[in-house]
This record gives sequence, structure tokens and C-alpha cells, in this order.
Amino acid sequence: MAGLGFACLLLGLAICAYGIGASVYGVRSGRVEFSESGRRSVYALAGILTVAFAVLELAFLRNDFAFNTVASTSSRTTPGFYRAAAVWSSQEGSLLLWAWLLSMWSSLALFLTRRRMRDIASYATAILLGFGGFFVALMVFYANPFATTRPAPAEGQGLDPLLRFPTMMIHPPMLYSGYTLCTIPLAFGMGALLARRVDADWIKAIRRFAFAAWLFLGVGILLGARWSYSELGWGGYWGWDAVENASLMPWLTGTAFLHSLMIQEKRGMLKVWNVSLVLATGTLAIMGTFLVRSGVLNSIHAFGGATLGVPFVCLIGVLIAGSIYLVVSRRDMLRSEHRLDSLISRESAFLANNVVLVGLCFVIFWGTYFPLISEALTGQEASVGPPWFDRYTVPLALVLVLLSGIGPVIAWRRATLANARRSFLAPLATALLTLVVLLTAGVASKPLAIAMFCCAAFVFGSIGQEFFRGVRARRAMAGESVPRAFTGLVRRNRRRYGGYVVHLGIAVLFIGVAASSSFQHASELGLSPGQSTRVGAYTVRYVRPTATITPRYDAAHTGSTLSLGAVIDVSKGGRHVATLNPSEGYYASQEASQGTVGSLIGGQPVSHVSMNAGITRDVWSAIEPDIEAPALQRIVRAGNSALSPEEALVAIGYLAREYLKHPPQAQFHFIVSPLVMWIWIGGLIVFGGGLIAIWPTPSVVRRRVAARSRARAVRGLARA
Amino acid sequence: MNPARKRTVRLTVALSAAVVLASALIYTSFSAASPALTPSQLTRQAQPGRSYQVTGTVAKGSVYRGGSGGAILYFSVEDRAGGTTIPLAYTGTVPDPFREGREVIVTVEKQGSSYIGERNSLITKCPSKYKTAPAGENQNA
Repeated sequence: MAGLGFACLLLGLAICAYGIGASVYGVRSGRVEFSESGRRSVYALAGILTVAFAVLELAFLRNDFAFNTVASTSSRTTPGFYRAAAVWSSQEGSLLLWAWLLSMWSSLALFLTRRRMRDIASYATAILLGFGGFFVALMVFYANPFATTRPAPAEGQGLDPLLRFPTMMIHPPMLYSGYTLCTIPLAFGMGALLARRVDADWIKAIRRFAFAAWLFLGVGILLGARWSYSELGWGGYWGWDAVENASLMPWLTGTAFLHSLMIQEKRGMLKVWNVSLVLATGTLAIMGTFLVRSGVLNSIHAFGGATLGVPFVCLIGVLIAGSIYLVVSRRDMLRSEHRLDSLISRESAFLANNVVLVGLCFVIFWGTYFPLISEALTGQEASVGPPWFDRYTVPLALVLVLLSGIGPVIAWRRATLANARRSFLAPLATALLTLVVLLTAGVASKPLAIAMFCCAAFVFGSIGQEFFRGVRARRAMAGESVPRAFTGLVRRNRRRYGGYVVHLGIAVLFIGVAASSSFQHASELGLSPGQSTRVGAYTVRYVRPTATITPRYDAAHTGSTLSLGAVIDVSKGGRHVATLNPSEGYYASQEASQGTVGSLIGGQPVSHVSMNAGITRDVWSAIEPDIEAPALQRIVRAGNSALSPEEALVAIGYLAREYLKHPPQAQFHFIVSPLVMWIWIGGLIVFGGGLIAIWPTPSVVRRRVAARSRARAVRGLARA
Repeated sequence: MNPARKRTVRLTVALSAAVVLASALIYTSFSAASPALTPSQLTRQAQPGRSYQVTGTVAKGSVYRGGSGGAILYFSVEDRAGGTTIPLAYTGTVPDPFREGREVIVTVEKQGSSYIGERNSLITKCPSKYKTAPAGENQNA
């Protein structure tokens, strides 16, 4: 089976080589059948990589420990769901996932554009196959997922317990889909520049893919934040970690692109800017992929050795050099059709939005790569921490949210005082009202949070006004009821109203972020049973200890051997708020040096946090039981010397009993965060808005829009 | 002023503002940064009052809790290759992978002759499963 998998990879490499040759020859010589053949090789690559992926997946499900990746990341005691997902927890498996997703999304993109832009599509095919070939080559030469060891070991090392969480298993496929989708606009952009056809066509074709990339990447980032918050032991959702930043950067430039392309569609401006953004997004996506697996930067996710760093740096170098060359040499074709008429206009608002987003990207880029930069410049590696990032990103985020309220209502070309008054009165009133309410409610101590709340209120006011006016207009025209007018309004202009919903979602999300960062109570408590202590307005009491033993099944369904925890009671002002039961799971390790009993609990311990999530606040707690307590260690040592591996499980029972009878003092991490739920709700709203915007419009409307754009194109040609 | 000249002025102003802001950002990043040092470098270079990022492994047998309610975690960090060990006192979140022998990064400040860990600054590197070498070789994180 491993042979079949590896053969698929080799065949994939050959297909890539052939496809690149056929596409390039086809477009240069004008022989369509070669371009067609090139496009079909992308489909063939997708097929062959699907087979390879299936082979690897089956190996995991069948516990085929001859495969090195299966032996190192799975085991017979790893629950089935996690065995299936362990495919991408290793370097080799994740490369295969990346290559497979790239081939699938590329096939879709090329299928949907099969009748148009033949020359651009041919170049894009070659570029996408180039990426595919790069990743397949990495697997063939450096990190083979189908490497085997014979005779096969009897048992594997098991999936790292830190990864045994459901969210962690959707997060990589979503994130990788986002990354791979970012390369499609890059390929088409480069193709358009290479073919010297930078008219509106290529932008329209890749718009949906840029949007899909943005959507998947955004969801992937949010899933990562949610996983970090609700399942990791530190209780935060964003730490400005290098890998988090690496995924955020292409998302920011992608957002900028989605806005500035509207300007190119409506006014034919910013062509150089748009094409540069597309190329930058794709390059940043590749850089993000590189960062996670190269180990150049210190990070929680420090995966991989230096062997993969060099090929990636070469690829990124080629991308950057190629992009700069293409844009500079084609700049004559990228001249704007119009100029900016006024600084107070929708074009300016969009430009400002782009500047802020690119500025944010620059700040994050600088901070993330600072260790490398400072080492290159000063010889001393230094790094900047979250306070530095917060200092610069918070003001920029405030401006961004404000702009997202201004953009939808301000007029194109030139906004006059009259229409400004008409557009901005209601939103400003909403914002001022919110300010007054907040100040009287006594939250004046956090000016940044108040500023964010007011900006968000401004957005609610402006978006609400847009929906209100749109529904009112439809009712005046067609006499429909309010719900029908609303759905009709959205159906006929999904892009616009979907976009408005996205803005609403972003405002909600930032309300959650501002509230949970500024008004959070966090503290560490050391508690013994019966003890209680005060944290701000809350009283936390250790009610009783808990201990669960199971070699195969535990409350969190993750396969831990022993789980020690506590039940704590949280109350406020005498009123019961929540009952939490955090625990720490201890897993088996493969190290015989720890002893027969020691090795049953000597593996990676994982914190199972307990959280009471509410609309207004989350109460969160994690526990660090004192497993090193002398009484418990005595049992472990006694078991190590007296029991054989088969009998060692008995000692675990004694450990649990001792812990329950004489629970030692435990360390608790306790956090109360207001409005965290709104971050996830905001994310869902953004996702919903994105789906609305990307959904194809009904064909009647499409024909009318197509006729209008054809007329515009004719006018443009006549003028040329 | 004709429109073309207005546009040039606008562009120049905008670009200058961007350059000034970027320079401010770059300048402050150097002073706000914590240099990354190994324990042996730290003992040689550390100045009181400045913060440094120490990277190394947790020394065996050096971990214990103290302070009121066990809030302070005491442990020692040694060079990856062995050698200098520095003891420090840390308060804040302790990541799950933390244990003896694991690689850690923690921001510390020298106070007198001891080192105090900055709150919540402890990062423990995941025992990496993303290895390109066969299992059993030293991890190269």
C-alpha cells in the first residue's frame, strides 16, 4: 500500500511537469489542444492525490504501523475520530493535505473558467501546477508520508494529547483551504500579467475565489482562536504568536483586495495596486505555510527542522522577484482610467481602508519577523511581545471599524455636505447615544474600549440605515410586506448586502474583543478543599476533588489514563453563578525509564478547562493538580518497583483513591471575561454575510448585469 | 492649483506620513524588544531593569512551587547543550507541555542577583511531531 502511495506521488510529479510544459507550449504557440491538455493534467493531479490521500487515511484507520507517520502520531488507544484526523498532525501528512487541497481547488477554478480567458488560464495552470509540483517534490525528496519501517512496530506513539480536541481537527483543513485558495488569484494575476491582458475580465473571474480564500482563511483563524480559548490551558484567544500572525497577514491583504477591486470594477482605478495585493496575498500565504514548518521563529507551533526551510525560501524568493518584475514591466497597461476626484468620497474611504489594512499587515509583519530582522541588523536576536503589537494594532483597528461604517453610506466620486448630512446623521446619533449611555454607566476607565464600542455603534447605525432605506424603497415600489421586501432586497444585490452583514459581524466581533480584553478579571488561586477566595466581585470555593480512571474512555473522550480535577463553585454577591469542574488528564508515555506505573501517567498532560459561557460573560477555569505530592509519588514509586506492566493499572486506582481521600492543594487559573461569546457570534455573522455575498445571483439578474457591463466595455473600447 | 498638482501634493504628503509612521514603528520596536539569550549569555550580559528572553531547557529536579498559595513557580533554565543554569521565579500561566527537560522561552528581568519571570510570558515548545527525521532522533526545534 505504501508503494502505491509513493507511486502516486511520483506520478503526480510527472503530471505536474507535463502539465506545465503543455500549458506553456499551448499558450505560446496558440495550439488550444495543448492548453486543454494542461488543464486536464490539473484534474489528473487532483485524482492521483486523492488516491494518495485515501491510502494514507486508510493506513491510519487500519492502524498500519508500518507507515512511519502512523506509528509516530497514532496508536491503537487513540480514539477513532482522532486517528482519522491524525493524518495531518505530522509534517508529511500535512504536506499531503496541502497538496491535495491545492489540486482540488485548482481543478474547480480551472473548470469554472474553462471557456474563458484561455491564455490567462493556461499561464495560471502552469503556475498552479508549479506550486503542486513543489509540494509533491517536498514529499518525494524530503518528507515522505509513505516511508515505512519493517518489521512494523506493534503499537504507535499515539496522537499528542494536546491535539485531541474536535476544533483542532477542523482548523487545519479550513486554514489550508484558505491558504491554497489564496494561490489561485495569485496564479491568475500572474497569468494576466504574463499574457498582457489586464482588463476587467481576470478580476471578475477570480473575485469569487479571492472571496472564498478570505472566507476559509477567516474561519480557520477564528477556529484556531476558539480552540485556543476554550480548550487550551491559558484562557486567551489571541497571543500574537508568530503562526497566528502568519495566517492573519494574507487575510488582511485579502480583505484589502476585496475592497479595492470594487473600485477597479466601478472606476477602472488602482490596477497596479490590485494586482500587487493579489500577488502579495498569495506570497504571504506561502510564507505562512513556510513559517509553521521551518522552525525559524520561536513559537508555540515550532514544528519541523531546518531541512524544509531552504526550499521554501527559494520559492518565496522566486515569487517576490517574479511579482516585482511582472508588475514593473507591465505597468503601462495598468494605468488608471480615472483619477480620484475628491478626498471625501467612497473611493477615498476604500483607499483609506486599504491603507489601514496594509498598515496593519506591515505592523504585524515587522513584529513577527523582528527576531530575524534584528539578528540581521544588529547581530542580536530580539523579539517584541504582545504589548508592542497591541499598541499599534488597536488604534488601527479602531479606524478600520469606523471606516467600515463610513464606506457603505458615503457617495461615490464626491460627497457634498448635503448628502453627507443625509447619510451620517443617524449613525453619528447612534454613536453619540452609545457614548452617553456608556459614560453614565460608569465605564469611563477604559477609553479605548469605549472608543471601540462607539465605532461599532456607528457601524450599526449606518448599516441599519442602509437596510431600512433599501426596504422602504422596495416597499414603495412593489408594495411588498417588510420580510418579503427584505429578502428581495438581499437577493437582488447579494454582494452589497452580504458585505453589509459582514461589516455588522466585524463590529460585533470587535465589541467582544474590546470588552474581553479591557474588562477581564484573571488570577491564579491556590485552593484546598473547602477553601474559598475572592476574585474581584466573585467568590470561588473548592467544593470537592474528582478523579477519573480509564485507559480507553474518559469524559473528554480522549483516551487519558488518569484524570484529576476538582469541582469549584463560583458565586457573586451570594448568588450562585456557575459550577465548574476543570481537570488535568494524564496520558501514557512510551518511556520505560519512568517505570511501569510512571509511564502510564508520564506522557503529555493536558488541561481540560471548564467554562460557563454566557451572553454577558464567560467564567473559565483550569486546574493544575499537584501530581508531585509526596503521597501520590510514593504510590507511583511503590508501583514501579512491585508491579509488572500488565498489573500497573491497579496502582492508578490507588492514586485516584489517595487523591480523593487526601486532596493536596491545587493551583487554579480563574478568568471572568465579559462578552467573549460575541466574538464567536460576530464570526458567525461574518461567515453568514460572506456566504450571502458569494452566492450566485439568480440568472435573470445576472443577464441584466452582464448586459450593462458589456455596454460599458463597448464604451470603453470606443474611447480607446 | 490645478488638479494634477493637487494630486502630486496629496501623494507626497501621504507617502511622507507613511514613511514617518513606519520609521517611528521601526525605531520603537528596537527599544521595546527583548533580546533572546541563552542562560550562559544572560549571566554575562544581563543588566538589572532590562527584560530579556531566555531560551533553554528546564533543568532536572529544579521545579517546585512556593510563595503564598503556591502562586510562584520556581525552576531553573539551562543551556540546551548543558552548562550554565539560572534559577528563576515565575508567576502566571504554566503551559501544559511544561516539565523538566522541555525547551522553554520565558521573559525575565534581573532584580538584584535573582531573575524574576514576567507574568504569563512562559512558552513551552510543543514536543514536536513535525519531524522530518525518523522518530528517535533529537528534536531540532
